[in-house]
Amino acid sequence: MAEQRAVHPLLKIAVVCGALILFFLVLSWGQEHWDAYTVRILNLCGIYIGITLGLNLCNGFTGQFSLGIAGFMAVGAYTTALLTMSPAVKQAVFFIQPLIYPLNSIQWGFLPALLMAAVVSGIVGFLVGAPAIRFRGDYLAITTLGFAEIIRIVFTNIVPITNGALGLKGIPPHTNLLWSWGFALVCIAVMVRLMRTTYGRALKAIRDDEVAAEAMGVNLFFHKNLAFVMSAMMAGVGGGLLGNLITTIDPNMFRFPLTFTVLMMAVLGGLGSITGTVISAAAVTIAMEAFRALEEPRVILGLAIPGVPGMRMVVFSVALMIVILFYPKGFMGDREFSLDRVKRLAAGLDRTNTSKQG
Amino acid sequence: MTLEIFLQNAANGITLGSLYALLAIGYTMVYGILRLINFAHGEIFMISTYFAFYGTAIFALPWQVAFVVAIVLTALLGVVIERAAYRPLRDAPRISALISAIGVSFLMANLGLVIFGGRPKTFYRPPIFQVPIELGGVRVVALFFVIPLLTAILLVALNYIVYKTKTGLAMRAAQWDFDTTRLMGVDVDRAISITFAIGSALAAVGGIMWGLRFAEINPNMGLFPGLKCFIAAVFGGIGNISGAVLGGFILGFGEIMLVAFLPGLAGYRDAFAFVVLILILLVRPTGLLGDKQRVKV
Repeated sequence: MAEQRAVHPLLKIAVVCGALILFFLVLSWGQEHWDAYTVRILNLCGIYIGITLGLNLCNGFTGQFSLGIAGFMAVGAYTTALLTMSPAVKQAVFFIQPLIYPLNSIQWGFLPALLMAAVVSGIVGFLVGAPAIRFRGDYLAITTLGFAEIIRIVFTNIVPITNGALGLKGIPPHTNLLWSWGFALVCIAVMVRLMRTTYGRALKAIRDDEVAAEAMGVNLFFHKNLAFVMSAMMAGVGGGLLGNLITTIDPNMFRFPLTFTVLMMAVLGGLGSITGTVISAAAVTIAMEAFRALEEPRVILGLAIPGVPGMRMVVFSVALMIVILFYPKGFMGDREFSLDRVKRLAAGLDRTNTSKQG
Repeated sequence: MTLEIFLQNAANGITLGSLYALLAIGYTMVYGILRLINFAHGEIFMISTYFAFYGTAIFALPWQVAFVVAIVLTALLGVVIERAAYRPLRDAPRISALISAIGVSFLMANLGLVIFGGRPKTFYRPPIFQVPIELGGVRVVALFFVIPLLTAILLVALNYIVYKTKTGLAMRAAQWDFDTTRLMGVDVDRAISITFAIGSALAAVGGIMWGLRFAEINPNMGLFPGLKCFIAAVFGGIGNISGAVLGGFILGFGEIMLVAFLPGLAGYRDAFAFVVLILILLVRPTGLLGDKQRVKV
């Protein structure tokens, strides 16, 4: 590529801004005009893209295999819900034990509530990460899983704050396409930028060889915690968006199967690929809904097929097993989709074509 | 708390501890040899109860035969899982094997849901285990003696296999180094298969006892006992069989006693094991009986 034209940086920025504006215009139009089912699924796509990127930052890019994502989602979801519900609704929901003082009389806007969710889940992430991050491999996995379960059990038991096992109902449905996809885009931008900084390279170095990275002067404790806390914050905000999308949450939503779902999205897309994660999170979310058909009774070609509850997760577990056994790197591995790659691919195709002709 | 109530709780604790011990052995043996948390172990335990259930309920086998068949089938299941899901990944990064284990665990739990149905089933309990026995003012059923006794017998047998037979020697050698063990003319794959068979068979015994004790079985019953028993294995020192038994007993006993002495914390019962795990890893990562961890490079 000798005569590559230099693109003016301002032009680049203008194109990106234009694309973003167009994207959000389409979304805000769609929010009004697409049917509720489509909007719901698209919302879930955006939310899961962000959460899965967070998981991938910790598990894929830094190689710290954490299974605590559901716990951080719970923290974020409860924070956002408690801050956005109106005092009247809170009084009605907390009929067993009233909600404790400052929370019962305040109502925040959605954005400050989400930011607060990021802060709270970040703090919880640090409290979990600081002791847990020194463990390696399986031990980290089981410890973070333990922390997530502890968070869930604590939430089930502190009734004056979380309403216990009954959960919260009547959460205002603030989440729309702009919020969920805005969240997804922010997460994508953060990840792309982060991976180009020295921090990102340090994280990858830790993944490739912890001992060597430390020998090169990478501060393991700081960088691992950075990845862990950022991952927790993304999960927290995602959880908050999810809570305000489905308007009712309870502690049992945030069990291990939720972590498994997010982990599956990350593994199918490729641990360590941003593009792979985005594609796979969206695809799995859509497939999750589409495969609901498997669990409902229906008639195909005159044959009555009974619905089988649980079939959906069987299909996904099998998909995960196939990928991990035969394509351990997932859909994208640790590669990224970029225009340069497409150009190179095209150039490569060109060359093979000419060589065949010649 | 009166002495009778304490003794009643102690009986509950010892029974639960025995069940945990049986499961924890499977975790510790597999971790010792493959350095892998066999996430599917809890589901193997769950499926064993269904084998026994179908043996008695559908095929109307006498319960003795049904239980033995269930144990054999479960041992086979363990071997098959190792073949299919873990062996291809033996040289892959450990995290891949862990993901595979989580995948198998989920697959089996959901297959259980599809095949067995989500509604809990009632386990057949032979009347012989329900004979009431009164001892020192405490009335318990015979099962409370059968479970610890059977666990003790199995432990003696297991110790004999691991420390006195050639197979056991091969299993212990494989814990150190696969390649050197192979050079000594040992079939490492076979040693690993036998490890899985023994671990799964013990899980099956635990599962059947669980069914006899709690009477109700469902496809989701594997996850929590599984995680707790892995914690028991870590607590006792991973890779160490006596440690796993000790950890299982302490965890089971502690869980029952926590609820008995501090009823206010009953809601936190399931968190107890995880708190223990985090404390033990922070304070003494090698566990109670574990020796210095060897890092396999």
